[in-house]
Formats: sequence, C-alpha cells, structure tokens
Amino acid sequence: MRPAAGGRAEAALHGGLTLAATIVLFPFLWITLAAFKTQIALLSGAVTFTPVLSNFRDVLFSKTSEYLHHFVNSAIVGLGSTVGALVVGTLGAWSLRRMRWPYPVSQGLMAWAIVFQMIPPITMVGAWYVMFRTVGLYNTYAGLVLAHLTLNLPLVLWMMSVFVAQVPVELEEAARIDGASTPGLLWRVVVPVIRPGLTACGLLVFILSWNEFAVALNLTAKQTATVPVAIAKYAQEFEIQYTQMAASAVLSIVPALLLLLIGQRHIVRGLTIGAIK
Amino acid sequence: MKQDRLWRAVTLGPTIGIFLALTVLPIASLVAMSFHDVTWVQGLPRWTYVGFKHLAALPQDYLFHAGILNTLVFALSAVSAQMILGFCLALASSKVSRGQGVYRAIFIAPILVPGIVIGAIWKLMYNYDFGVINQMGGLLGLMPRDWLGQKATALLSVIVVDCWHWTPFCFLLLLAGLESLPQDIYEAGKVDGAGAWGELRYLTIPLMVPTIVVTLIFRMIMAFKVFDEVYLLTGGGPGTATEVISFTIYRRFFTEDRMGYGSAMSIVTLLLIALLIVQATAAARRWGRQP
Repeated sequence: MRPAAGGRAEAALHGGLTLAATIVLFPFLWITLAAFKTQIALLSGAVTFTPVLSNFRDVLFSKTSEYLHHFVNSAIVGLGSTVGALVVGTLGAWSLRRMRWPYPVSQGLMAWAIVFQMIPPITMVGAWYVMFRTVGLYNTYAGLVLAHLTLNLPLVLWMMSVFVAQVPVELEEAARIDGASTPGLLWRVVVPVIRPGLTACGLLVFILSWNEFAVALNLTAKQTATVPVAIAKYAQEFEIQYTQMAASAVLSIVPALLLLLIGQRHIVRGLTIGAIK
Repeated sequence: MKQDRLWRAVTLGPTIGIFLALTVLPIASLVAMSFHDVTWVQGLPRWTYVGFKHLAALPQDYLFHAGILNTLVFALSAVSAQMILGFCLALASSKVSRGQGVYRAIFIAPILVPGIVIGAIWKLMYNYDFGVINQMGGLLGLMPRDWLGQKATALLSVIVVDCWHWTPFCFLLLLAGLESLPQDIYEAGKVDGAGAWGELRYLTIPLMVPTIVVTLIFRMIMAFKVFDEVYLLTGGGPGTATEVISFTIYRRFFTEDRMGYGSAMSIVTLLLIALLIVQATAAARRWGRQP
C-alpha cells in the first residue's frame, strides 16, 4: 500500500472519483427509471412519475414477445461455448506446457492465437456464414457455439497457460510415479490446483459470449437469435416502444451484474491476466 | 510411451483441429472468395471466377474510404481519451486510503454490459425529444440537438459512448500495473525530496511504460473492431459520418449479399490492420527504450 495522501488531497481525490462513479452509474440509473415509466411519462420528460411494471410484463410475457426464448438461446450458447472453450483450451494449454511439443508447434500455436485475436470478427463471420450454410450449421445452436468457442479459444489458451504453468511439476511427477493415467492426473491433480483460474476464465468467457453481437447477428435467424440480436432488431423497428426497449435492456444486464456481484474478484483477475500476461 | 503419444494427440488435437477448421480454413476461403462471385443455388454456394474484379473495385469504393478514415479517427481519438482518463482514475484510486474496492467495482460495470445494450441505452439518452442529454442541456439554457442525426456531432457522440464503455478497461489494466510497481523506489524518491509531480514524472510514468504500451495496443486492436455501438446508434449515418470499416464490410457482405466483394474488402482490411499493428508495435518498442 502506498502511503495515503494528506487530508485535503484525499478529499479532492474522492471528489474526482465520486464524480467519475456518478458518470458511470448514471446511464444505468436512467435506463432503469425509463423502464418503469409509461411511454407518456417518458415522452413528457416528467421528473416525478408513478412506476409501472407493464413494460417488464410485456417484454417477458406478452404473446408476441419472444424475449424469454432469446434469453434461453443466449444461456445455451453462452454455457455451451464456455464449457467447450474451457475444456479444449485447458487441455491444449496443459499439453503445450507439459507434453514436450517441439518449439515451432507451441510457439506457432500461441502466436496464431494472438494474431487471431486481432482479427475483427466481422471478417471471420463472412467466411463462417458461407461454410456453415453449406454444411447446415447456419441458424443452429451448434454453429453459434462453435463460432463463440473459436472466438474465445485464444483467450482461454493464453490464460490457462499461465495457470497451468503454476502447477508444481513435482506434484505431477509424483502422481505419475503413483501410477496415475493422464486423465486421472488431469482430473485429480491439475484441475483442483487450477480451479480458481478456471473460474476466472470461465466467467470472463461466458460474459464475452453473452455480449457478442456481430457474429450472432449473422449466424442466427429468429429461432436461435441471442439477446443482443433481439434487442438490435427491436431498436430498428419502425415504431419503437421506447420504454419496452428500456425494460429489455435492463433485463439483459441482470446476468452480468449478478456475476459481477458474485465473482468480482475473479472477473478482475480474469481481465487483468488476460491482458497483461 | 505409446499411451503417452496418444494422450499428447488427444489433449492438443482439439485446439489444432479448431484452429485449422475454423480460423485457417475460413481465412483461406476468404482469400479464395475475393476472386469469385458467390451465389446460392439450392442451398449450396456457386462460385464464379472473376479474377481481380473485386480487388480492383475497392479503391473506387467511397464507403470503403469513409470506413477506413472514420475507423482511424475513431480509434485514435477514443483510445487516447480513454487512456488519459483511465490513467488519471487509476492513479487517483491507487492513492486513496479507503473505498478503492467500491470504486473499482463500479468502474468495471460498463465492461460487462453488451455493447448493443450500451448502444440502446445511449440511443435513448441522446433522443431529441425526451433524451436526458437534451434535458440537461435545456437546464443550462442550451438548444436541443439531434446528436446522432447531425454530421457535426454523430461521430463525436459515438466516441463519447465508447469512452463510457471502455475507459473502465484502461483503468483496470493501468491500476493493476500501478499496484505491481516496486514500492521501495517511492521510499527512495521521498528521501531524495521528490514532490508529487516529480514522483509522477520521474518514477511512475517511466515505470508504467510497459503497462501503458500493452493497454494501448490492446485497446487499439479492440477499437478497430468497433461494430455493435455503431450498428445500433447510427447505422453508419448520417451519410457516411460514422461509417466504420466493420460496418462497411457487414453492409457489403451481408446486407447487399455481395460475398465475393465483401471477402475482398475483409482481406484488404486484415492486411491493413496487420501493417498498422506491426508499425505501432515497432514504434512502441522504440518509445519504450528511450527513457
């Protein structure tokens, strides 16, 4: 810990930080209030209003609304691609660290992972679209899961490579001497040690998949559309129900906020390790 | 030994398989498509070779020009603003003795929200009739403006949204960097009589150069990919005022169904980005070595 600044300086710092925090929080607050207003109250710009739940009711339960369906789609794709990316990426990272791959293979793969991260997803999705439509993966969960898995695999590979390297080699050798097979070694020795890393990485990858738009927009149609795609379509309708749009925006933030409350520490670590290492 | 070889293949196989099938192959197919016209016949793509037609057409495409130019303006101005703001906030919150955790929890919230939802929120806030920004301007006696609909303010308005979205990211990485600085140097600085400004100028900033460079490159790469907010806030308009390159590619490839031409644009964009990153990294290295 750095020694604290003096009293007046500290107050000034808090002033600045509080101002910044207000700017960060204000849009959240405003959209939440808008979601509880009637269209008339919103348009008239009244400061005081009677809160109504009708927007949430319409978004969630009205006959024409498919919001819950999109919510489920997002959850399926998010969970599927997160689990997939964690399994594939962790196995790969461990293999590269421990299985004595020749230098060009390990360096080549890790370098390609970085290069791929730099590529705008919109350029990849064109090629995926043509490939997936040809083989019948367009507008399927499997297609979008594969796409999100691919987008996030480089991140998992790099993050888990950091965590896997922290597993003591002696521990793995001792398990080998005790006769552990490779799956047994992975499951009983490696996974328990890297569990915090898996949590941090998993949370981050799930959020990235939940938020992803450019790829989901072009690989899904109505049945498999995720929440961001649905909200974007909603915002482009000719007669926008602004308050309902606000309500669906608020609802779509809930999972991320819950994860933030539960796993702030993990998310912070995920974001910083993912970027710095 | 034989088993070992099997597990070697099983553990790394999926990663290699996915990289080959879903990254290398698609990029190869983009290259191939940029020399073809692609149409759909009974659910299957039909490729017609057209040679360099698409690549030759690119330099004349006004949207492509606008896309590249706007992306550069957007990335440079948004990222520099975010770096400066993020650094100030990180520095401030590393100095306060209490409440750092609370500030950090609040500041990272925007990173976790879908870009499209951020677009939706700000689109309502920018609304001409009932948006809170015009309302607050009204309190200050300003005339309401159509922020997203006017050429003069559209790109700036998108940049403001991007700053709200991503300054927290710069803040987080820079704070992590600040917290990992060796503390004894500051003790020595104090003994040598360095004031707050001297400490910042001669200790903190030089020591932070590696973190600053990494954060800057990260954010630049992300800024070149910008798509979600633009899609929702302006759709590239008015005119070409907010046309960014990802949006141009989307428009040509998907909206206009010109897959061959869209692929050509994708490939050229990838090459331009690669060139830019190589240059930027080299420049950053030189700068990092200087002090």
